[in-house]
Amino acid sequence: MSKCAKHCPEIAPNDAQNAIDPGRRRLLAGAGALTTLMLAPGVSLMMSGAVEARPAGVAASAKIRWGILIDVSKCPDGCDLCVTACKDENGWQETGRAETNVQWIRKVTLKDKNTGAIKTLPFMCQHCAEPPCVDVCPTGASFKRADGIVLVDKHTCIGCRYCMMACPYAARSFVHEQVTNQKPHAPRGKGTVESCTMCVHRVDKGQIPACVEACTKAGNRTMIFGDLNDPNSEIAKAAGQHLTTRIRADLGLDPGILYSGL
Amino acid sequence: MVLAGVLLITPGSAGAKEMSPTSPTSPWGPKPTKAFKGDKCVEPVDVMRRDHMNYLLHQRDETVQQGIRGKKYSLRQCIECHAVPDKQAGGERTVEPFCGECHKFAAVTIDCFQCHTNKPEKVKSTEALPSGPLPPGHPTMNKKTSNSTNTGSWKKKTLFAALDPALQQGSTCNVQVR
Repeated sequence: MSKCAKHCPEIAPNDAQNAIDPGRRRLLAGAGALTTLMLAPGVSLMMSGAVEARPAGVAASAKIRWGILIDVSKCPDGCDLCVTACKDENGWQETGRAETNVQWIRKVTLKDKNTGAIKTLPFMCQHCAEPPCVDVCPTGASFKRADGIVLVDKHTCIGCRYCMMACPYAARSFVHEQVTNQKPHAPRGKGTVESCTMCVHRVDKGQIPACVEACTKAGNRTMIFGDLNDPNSEIAKAAGQHLTTRIRADLGLDPGILYSGL
Repeated sequence: MVLAGVLLITPGSAGAKEMSPTSPTSPWGPKPTKAFKGDKCVEPVDVMRRDHMNYLLHQRDETVQQGIRGKKYSLRQCIECHAVPDKQAGGERTVEPFCGECHKFAAVTIDCFQCHTNKPEKVKSTEALPSGPLPPGHPTMNKKTSNSTNTGSWKKKTLFAALDPALQQGSTCNVQVR
């Protein structure tokens, strides 16, 4: 018997447990529609929360490409709900020093020099389809998951910071100091590189990333999370209706974070 | 020579004198704290003592890199059951008294808790357990079996039994129902 087979016996998902009675499904669908109606037009939680949880023991699928569409025109200046939600969810604090600050997510201010127009937008790891951070990693710690989420495997990260140099978005940061009181779902430690994980622990449970949830709950509806490969998903429909921009599209990295209204 | 002889003989004889057939651990060994929750571990105690690091190492790669969740072994589930009130943490539950006991004894430094928290998650009663639903065939579903004789090769078991008299009695997991 191989070591793998010994330690990791195959576990079939419990279908009987997960199955929903058709009658109950109809009731639930009706309840969902009712909730949507009651919340509309201000907040529509059902639409952004429609992500399916993956059953236990099943790997992430390459058929899915998770992404976020950010409508910059709806992003209020001075609002940092997404940043606060990320801090709360993943348990990080700003260091207070620009050189070593944490870069999970930040609000970036854009200014048109000709007209003086100013706009802010949330900015984080762009979850590229061709991530340069993965290309340069000497240990394979920086990797892209099958469903398009770019992550750091901190077990194998040696803290060389090549990925930080390679990332054109400056979306990664190095943990310089010892960390305590981490969240159980977001391990962080000194000597490793970290970045936005697109709340991979939440996505796997069928929830949406914390930043998107906070933005949606506040009624801003700036961010839409979903599967870019699914033509029926809200994000794909929205991306099909509006012109979207990929930051530094000239680099050909095909980011999973799309911006509209830029 | 005489001194060396005394050193060689003393631990053995003292151990033999204090050894009790019902003792959960050998008198000279580490005494890890009893689990805070649960009546049985995911594997028999002798298997866990020997292979816990392999289970964790193997499954962590699958979880991080492939996104496979809810399988049998999980560090968060270890912490969930084995974190006990810790004086050094101001009475908060941490897993340090459990893991630290053997690791200090064996002088094996672990770096799990440089990144992972050693405290259990504050789970709301409506939420699922951190490691997801228990898989079919999970030992906690079959409470009648208490012996660990059905797993592990005889060679390893014999060797381990020689070191730990408790195993000669047919060891059960020494955790307590709370």
